[in-house]
Amino acid sequence: MEENKNAQTIEEKQYLIRFKADTESHLHVLSHDVCIEKCPDKLCTIFCPAEVYKWEDIRMHVGYEGCHECGSCRIGCPHENIKWEYPKGGHGIIFRLG
Amino acid sequence: MPEKFDVIVVGAGPSGTSCAYKCAQAGLKVLQIERGEYPGSKNVMGGVLYRKQMEAVIPEFWKDAPVERAIVEQRAWLLDKDSMVTTSVKNNSWEEEPCNNYTILRAKFDQWFANKAVEAGSLLINETVVLECIVEEGKVVGVRTDRPDGDVYADVVVLADGVNSLLAKKLGYHNELKPEEVALTVMEVLNLPKEVINDRFNVTDNQGVTIELFGDATKGNLGTAFIYTNKESLNLGVGTTLSSMIKAKMKPYELIEYVKNHPMVSPLIKGAESAEYLAHLIPEGGYYSIPKLYGNGVLLVGDAAQMVNGIHREGSNMAMASGTLAAETIIAAKEKGDFSEETLSSYKTAILDSFIGKDLKKYKDANHTFEEQPQYFKDYIPMINRAASSFLTVDGTSKRDKQKEALKTFTKEKGTFTVVKDLYRAWKVMK
Repeated sequence: MEENKNAQTIEEKQYLIRFKADTESHLHVLSHDVCIEKCPDKLCTIFCPAEVYKWEDIRMHVGYEGCHECGSCRIGCPHENIKWEYPKGGHGIIFRLG
Repeated sequence: MPEKFDVIVVGAGPSGTSCAYKCAQAGLKVLQIERGEYPGSKNVMGGVLYRKQMEAVIPEFWKDAPVERAIVEQRAWLLDKDSMVTTSVKNNSWEEEPCNNYTILRAKFDQWFANKAVEAGSLLINETVVLECIVEEGKVVGVRTDRPDGDVYADVVVLADGVNSLLAKKLGYHNELKPEEVALTVMEVLNLPKEVINDRFNVTDNQGVTIELFGDATKGNLGTAFIYTNKESLNLGVGTTLSSMIKAKMKPYELIEYVKNHPMVSPLIKGAESAEYLAHLIPEGGYYSIPKLYGNGVLLVGDAAQMVNGIHREGSNMAMASGTLAAETIIAAKEKGDFSEETLSSYKTAILDSFIGKDLKKYKDANHTFEEQPQYFKDYIPMINRAASSFLTVDGTSKRDKQKEALKTFTKEKGTFTVVKDLYRAWKVMK
């Protein structure tokens, strides 16, 4: 019996979910300079449960397509540097079970 | 001329649907607006549905609703790295109707429930985001949606838009939530054959088990993990306050792997297949975080109103009860023909007089205390494990000495004064 039918990495976990991504992001980093200058730990890249935020040299890449719409980044960003909205009606994550 | 309703309910979770159902049943013209593809598609819950408050909305719902298992056993695990001290309460009478509580899968349940409101006469519109409340002369008179020509009007708007109630925030009913007021929780639905679940959890087909895991499940941070049995799957999740997640620099998806791989957990989920991964915030600020609950033409219910008892993992029941109380307030206001702030203020009184207000008040200091005093999760749970394990390790020491040694473990490591102080503090916030 295979032991690893359960999803272990975040990539495997995200792959289990259905998303209906909009063409436009519902998440906006207000200032990449704030991320560079004031946020050495880049906390959103750590606590985001879907690894939506990835730091790429000088700017924050926002993979909004995989967002769970939990709101953690809006509340947890220590510099209130994320503009957070709901995706357009019918878009975004679609849970089938839990 | 845009259409006008008696009631607009924003959100089709348990609180919104309870309110919509009750209002529609009373003959009011109700519109319920849901942003997801279907009710439940944006919603997440550990999975325990309390029977009592649901029954108050739909009597004998269990005969028709998609419930998973009747919970007959509730376990609590105080976890250390490779040991645990556990308690369990099992009662087979909880399987007899009306059962104490059930496990459910929210996406299935919420669809069923919202459909019941539709059958009662409520109009449900999916795939629609409410952008803001329309306020005229200091009174909420409707909502602006993201549909073309999307303004809709009503005598009263019920905000059941969940933990991220941008609408209530926009009305100025609360400030932005703080990281210590919310629990970030991730969950996996793990498929396992029915027989395997029955064997591993020592139950029959319709009997369910809940396990709450403390201590090492959150690496000593304030929070819990949980394992709940569905018919042919398990809900396994873990959450801590967002502030703890940040302080400890934990990645939620790594924390859930830590739980899944814990030696006390992994045998239970061996061979399971992941079916879904979900993340959500739980509003756990409690009594002090309750926002303004009513205004001219508007009421707040459920998570949007912070109605969660984190200590007792209760939320959906408070959501349903608050939705029901909101409906009763609205029906009375309709009879009076008055939806002013003054008339709707009876909703707040009703909430505070109900078990919701009483329970939130009882534990008003609990979360803050445990947040500021991390020793309960970090130190005492491992100490209890060490003391209990040492007491039960047979190594030639006499029982009297073992007992002494076990009791001394606490005072030796922390000092008697600290232990007494901590015990008193815990008792005070929980009493």
